Amino acid sequence: MVLSAADKSNVKACWGKIGSHAGEYGAEALERTFCSFPTTKTYFPHFDLSHGSAQVKAHGQKVADALTQAVAHGQKVADALTQAVAHMDDLPTAMSALSDLHAYKLRVDPVNFKFLSHCLLVTLACHHPAEFTPAVHASLDKFFSAVSTVLTSKYR
Amino acid sequence: MVHFTAEEKAAVVSLWAKVNVELVGGEVLGRLLVVYPWTQRFFDNFGNLSSESAIMGNPKVKAHGKKVLTSFGNAVKHMDDLKDTFAELSELHCDKMHVDPENFKLLGNMILIVLATHFSKEFTPQVQAAWQKLTAAVANALAHRYH
Repeated sequence: MVLSAADKSNVKACWGKIGSHAGEYGAEALERTFCSFPTTKTYFPHFDLSHGSAQVKAHGQKVADALTQAVAHGQKVADALTQAVAHMDDLPTAMSALSDLHAYKLRVDPVNFKFLSHCLLVTLACHHPAEFTPAVHASLDKFFSAVSTVLTSKYR
Repeated sequence: MVHFTAEEKAAVVSLWAKVNVELVGGEVLGRLLVVYPWTQRFFDNFGNLSSESAIMGNPKVKAHGKKVLTSFGNAVKHMDDLKDTFAELSELHCDKMHVDPENFKLLGNMILIVLATHFSKEFTPQVQAAWQKLTAAVANALAHRYH
């Protein structure tokens, strides 16, 4: 799957429009991912996001902490995507370090990138329905797919 | 059998009541054909599908989208009995239309995304989760009779 000139232009325009909201959207996309695809929470045992867990119920601070961590992680993901947008002509080089991290340390099963990508699309669709035309939607889907491919490229 | 909680059912039913099936159906199918162009393979007789505007404006796409989403409305009415509700359609999609069930997942995700564009803030993570569950369950029900 190759990103056309139109795709790159659509992604840059959309991401530019998001501006300072990127971190907020990253966090929301993560929250949506954990909500719709609970298996994704297995990668974040240290966040303790389990719904209705005694800890969560009894300790409001713990909930706040978990959410703070999720928000921080959402910002991290968003920052990485911003970098990717700036280097769409050579994603493998630009994302090499993250690629190594996912392959050798995190080892997130590839299926999960699809879940997060989908929730990123849903988040953007919610916040920018007018800009989220079918063509822009297609370009973003391709872009997230390309990023996911690079992040899993060194898995084996 | 998939179990939906009372909250999940409420989330689905209340949002569905506000859905313009004709409009949303057309958008859902249109986006499927734009975002995943290989799905056009099932619609050779639909005429002009050569561009985003051609697809989104195509009257056959709109009509078929309405048909598909109307059928989906049946799922909302029978959330506890999806396999039986879609048994006949499952056989039809396998034997007559030869549709890879993977496409049901793709369409399900398009429904989610179009709902998101229409309902914005109302489409909370919890509402989305209920709808993800429903579209996944419908996809499974439609694939259930494949052989």
